[in-house]
Amino acid sequence: MGEFRGGSMMRLKGLVKKEFLQIARDPSSIAIAFLMPLFLLVLFGFGVSLDADHLPVALVAEQPTADSDDFLASIEGSHYFVPQHFLTMAAAEEAMREGRVNAIVHLRANFAKRLYRPDGAAIQIIVNGVDANTARLTQGYLQGVWVNWLERRAKSAGREMVTPVQLEQRVWYNGDVKSRNFLVPGLVAIIMTLIGTLLTALVMAREWERGTLEALLVTPVTMTEVLLGKIIAYFALGTGGMLLSVGLAVWLFGVPLVGSFWLLWVCASLFLLAALGMGLAISTLARNQFVAGQIAIVGTFLPAFLLSGFIFDIDSMPSVVQFITHLIVARYFVSIVQTLFMAGNVWSVVLPNVFALIVMAIFFMGITWRKSRKRLE
Amino acid sequence: MITRMIALIYKEFLALFKDPKSRLVLIAPPMIQLLVFGYAATFDLRHVQYALYNEDKGIASRELVAAFDGAPAFHRMATLQSEEQIAPLVDRRDVLMVIHIGPRFSADLLAGKSTPLQIIVDGRNSNTAMIVLNYVSTIVEQFNMQWIADHGLEAAPAKLETRAWFNPNLESRWFFIPGIIGMLTLVTTMLVTALTVAREREQGTFDQLLVTPLRPGEILLGKALPGFIIGMVQASVILLIATKWFDVPLLGSLPALYSGLSLFLVSGVGAGMLISSLAVTQQQGLLGAFLFMVPAVILSGFATPIANMPPTVQIVTLIDPLRYFLVVLRKVFLEGAGFDVLMGQLWPMALIGAATLTLASWLFRHRMY
Amino acid sequence: MSVDILVADNLSKRFVVEGRRIQALDAVSFSIRQGMVTGLIGPDGAGKTTLMRLAAGLLEPDGGTLRALGMDATRDALKVQAALGYMPQRFGLYEDLTVQENLDLYADLQGVPKDQRMARYRELMRMTALSEFTDRLAGRLSGGMKQKLGLACTLVRAPSLLLLDEPTVGVDPVSRRELWAIIERLVKEEGMSVLLSTAYLDEAERCEDVVLLHEGKVLMHGRPADLSAPMTGRTWAVKGGKLRDMQATLAGQPGVVDAQVQGDHVRLVTKMADVELIHLAGLADARIEAVKPRFEDGYVDLLRARSQSTSHESMAFNHPVTEAKGSEPVIHVENLRRSFGDFWAVDGISFEVNRGEIFGLLGANGAGKSTTFRMLCGLLPASSGSLTVAGLDLRHAASTARARIGYMSQKFSLYGNLSVMQNLVFFASAYGLPGKLRGERLKWALLEFELEKFADQLSASLPLGYKQRLAMACSLMHQPDILFLDEPTSGVDPLARREFWQRINALARSGVTVLITTHFMEEAEYCDRIAIMSSGRILTLDEPAVIKSHARTAGNPEPSMEDAFIHLVEDAEKVREAA
Repeated sequence: MGEFRGGSMMRLKGLVKKEFLQIARDPSSIAIAFLMPLFLLVLFGFGVSLDADHLPVALVAEQPTADSDDFLASIEGSHYFVPQHFLTMAAAEEAMREGRVNAIVHLRANFAKRLYRPDGAAIQIIVNGVDANTARLTQGYLQGVWVNWLERRAKSAGREMVTPVQLEQRVWYNGDVKSRNFLVPGLVAIIMTLIGTLLTALVMAREWERGTLEALLVTPVTMTEVLLGKIIAYFALGTGGMLLSVGLAVWLFGVPLVGSFWLLWVCASLFLLAALGMGLAISTLARNQFVAGQIAIVGTFLPAFLLSGFIFDIDSMPSVVQFITHLIVARYFVSIVQTLFMAGNVWSVVLPNVFALIVMAIFFMGITWRKSRKRLE
Repeated sequence: MITRMIALIYKEFLALFKDPKSRLVLIAPPMIQLLVFGYAATFDLRHVQYALYNEDKGIASRELVAAFDGAPAFHRMATLQSEEQIAPLVDRRDVLMVIHIGPRFSADLLAGKSTPLQIIVDGRNSNTAMIVLNYVSTIVEQFNMQWIADHGLEAAPAKLETRAWFNPNLESRWFFIPGIIGMLTLVTTMLVTALTVAREREQGTFDQLLVTPLRPGEILLGKALPGFIIGMVQASVILLIATKWFDVPLLGSLPALYSGLSLFLVSGVGAGMLISSLAVTQQQGLLGAFLFMVPAVILSGFATPIANMPPTVQIVTLIDPLRYFLVVLRKVFLEGAGFDVLMGQLWPMALIGAATLTLASWLFRHRMY
Repeated sequence: MSVDILVADNLSKRFVVEGRRIQALDAVSFSIRQGMVTGLIGPDGAGKTTLMRLAAGLLEPDGGTLRALGMDATRDALKVQAALGYMPQRFGLYEDLTVQENLDLYADLQGVPKDQRMARYRELMRMTALSEFTDRLAGRLSGGMKQKLGLACTLVRAPSLLLLDEPTVGVDPVSRRELWAIIERLVKEEGMSVLLSTAYLDEAERCEDVVLLHEGKVLMHGRPADLSAPMTGRTWAVKGGKLRDMQATLAGQPGVVDAQVQGDHVRLVTKMADVELIHLAGLADARIEAVKPRFEDGYVDLLRARSQSTSHESMAFNHPVTEAKGSEPVIHVENLRRSFGDFWAVDGISFEVNRGEIFGLLGANGAGKSTTFRMLCGLLPASSGSLTVAGLDLRHAASTARARIGYMSQKFSLYGNLSVMQNLVFFASAYGLPGKLRGERLKWALLEFELEKFADQLSASLPLGYKQRLAMACSLMHQPDILFLDEPTSGVDPLARREFWQRINALARSGVTVLITTHFMEEAEYCDRIAIMSSGRILTLDEPAVIKSHARTAGNPEPSMEDAFIHLVEDAEKVREAA
């Protein structure tokens, strides 16, 4: 039996070497592992942001006075807005319909007059609600401008304006509320899902189609060794892609890595195993590259993008959908990377997710292993 | 020529639907995904877990707390007794937010003074954090107005009067579901087109096709039309689900929507055919599909507005057909737009479609090895 | 002293393909003896590959047992696999690995100790003559070299039983001869036992023992001579007149088992011994000699009797090409060249093919035949030179010009996931056949190629011979007047090959021009003229008989086509090496 085990090591080494040679000769796997993260991360790291800035707003003062100018000037002074003046409401509404502005700030003709009456003046704000998120941000920013303006006015009049409850916001872990800080680590998770799955999605199907598996199977090699050989090789390749992604996140985009790099490495490795396992499972179940490719297109990117908590808050989803998100490998890793990058080594977040990743990895590898018996049927 | 085309299209359909696995992949996921994603994709928070640390025993704080407890989006998870309890809760992601009311809260308010209310938010997802703060400030704003009115304080000289057009309740689901329709349609066109030529190349049937009297343009059309037809049928079904199941209002003109859909399908199928004609192996086709699909989705303005992107990236988005289609979808659905407003979105898609299809048909004949 | 090394006892195996049950092996019992080459022959779909896979432990039998090397091939699959060597029909070489890397992989997998490897590699490389190519990617080897490398990989650890599933399919005669030399040496020097399936009956004749499978049953098991012996007195050589016409006349007649054009005569096999041949039509003024029976005669006799079909006369082909066979060239190639990188796949060839002619292109794998074909069909632009097919360059001609040609590629490129009928309908429509004609042609194709019972089956699951029929039917749907056939009979069993050639002959007689490549040298003799290619050039171009006569030497007064071919190719290689 000892001789047999020695043979197993030799076979495994042979298989791993074979996989590496094939990787080295096929530019597409290298492209998947290195070019894809580089291309996607650079594009998205710079491109994706939820921080609305330079919001185009229409300003309409029906009867310009010193007071209305004063208020509009405070909007113009804010870096959040790119104001455009319109003379009539109709023109502003037209601009909004055409999408040239996101919001209209409307001061009616009686603005200045009513400002000095007890019931006060109204500042009409119309936002384009189609993009509800941007609309809400616009409202929030305008509200901020309005509060500041009121305080400035009160002070210049020598009075102190009393706002009963004043909000004192403290945003932990991401003090300057930069969306890039959470989007980039999330993207690392999404991209790693794609890399892991794409690397292996076609490899088993390809061996079936090209007839290489039949020749392998009649050697003393076991199916476990064949699968292990693939996992080891693509794991090494995927780790390269992972290091590149993390490096880009930290050095190029300046996302602070608060937690331990080594812990991140361990978690990413587990995640990679689960993603590779998913690819292998797809490949084994499909046995044909076309179908495997189709499953990979449908089953990886959009679910990882929408259901992982990368952008959309999982707690706000209905419970059925929340349940479904548990099947998405990326979900666990998104939670881990966002915590490790911004909050640090919070074991109570990391451990359950690590456990889930281990379960997922075992699940997919198990499917693959069960479905690839050493028979041709 | 017509019979040849019909035969070719029929063959493509057979090749797609004959394999039960392939059939399943093509039909089931778009419906399921629309349902799941439709619920998943929203920026509206429905379940904000928070903890309360109230050091004040006065009546004012009780009123404020009642306001939060009464808000449907907020769920109090814990009531804390000391400052040290805050950090572990937030770290563990048990709560998204902690409300800290200081000991002098009621006293200050009753004395007519301003008093602080400390809100601690988990910023790991900064967008969620911003939305939570937005919700909180709305509640506090109402509380303040009420307090001013009840206690006869001087009101602010100017009030904001906010209205939202097209989506009065700012339901972000209305924003995302049309987007999901666009994304799923894109995925389907990729599914049908990106691997077909590579598969025929690997199996050797492509040569067999090329020696028939079919012209490269006809072969291209024969391969492109199934993608177009399947995309059209699928988009129609999910449009129906979106309006009937999710009750997203469809205000605009259907012809305008379908013109947009057709042109989008043409450009998406064109991109798929281009990938397909460039790829020699299916592995390359798959890689190409992802390298097109992922940026097309992320840079389309689906979740993160194009206006927020830096100018260079905004230029890149100009060649993304999904970008235009999303605008068409949203404007027709929610803004009730017609052809007049949408012309600016339609012609770029037509241009992209024409360019990719022309290039693909040229490559059919000239990329033999 | 012989021991049974592979024993099948009541072995059965079924497959279910689309709800249709196929009995691949039906209670098969036989045993194979040690230390010799046993041939496994039979028509396509007889169950040869299934048997091999069962022996290698890759399939589980539905009934009965199979013991290999004293172990149960199903229960002890891993142990059996460690002890035997198996080379599948399409040996899965990793084409993106080099020759050496493929060998290393299999040495690792077979657990060959490192210190023994060098010696073994040297031995294998010498045997296969691949030592110069160890750094070349396997994908860039020629078909013959690939098979030799596949064999070398199977042999890295000398197995005591070697299973070879059609090792010589798609391999040129030179490589075929080399492969056989290797196999015979293994048996003689290493005492290996070999089970080899083949579609070439001359190979079966070289085996010491032969198992003939037919529809999942053993039809015959014994020495090759056992099959040819009963044929004594029933085999004849007929000379005189136009051979192809005579063959056609003879083939359909009662009492005739087989009639084949063979060089300068028609080889005739009759049902009875010592019959009055004069009674047969068409032999009135022919010279008839009795000849020695061959294995193939016995095989054809046995299977024809079995399937109750006689050598039917070429079926009504209703081919509309009316112009008589003329001498005007239909295909014209002059100084044609094509390079891939710095390698000239086709290096200046010129030839002409006349209407109604069967023109054969012969050559080793990689000689440039397929490249020439692809250029003629307009699939590949030529680097230089001129070529016209029916007066046109198909690469630039109007697409309707392509309706005049039929093309059948090496791999029988069909849509595997479409049914037979769907494939036929598709190609009929792709060639723009109008509705009524299409219906007729579909009926014709199903009848003529005996595809009716497979009409609803996926073409991917057809036996090889039927794939070939279907491919040919597809390329003939539109009644082309020029036909390009790229290795159309590779791997197809002898009976199917005979039917194939009957069709080709009938087509040629109706005026269709046929350009064909082949590895079967006896098939070269059915051609009107052949060109032998090597390294992208034409070595010789003439009628088969003339080419053979050039190879005549004192030691070999009656050279076969294969002798002539090998002679020419080896001479050319010597010249190239000297240069």
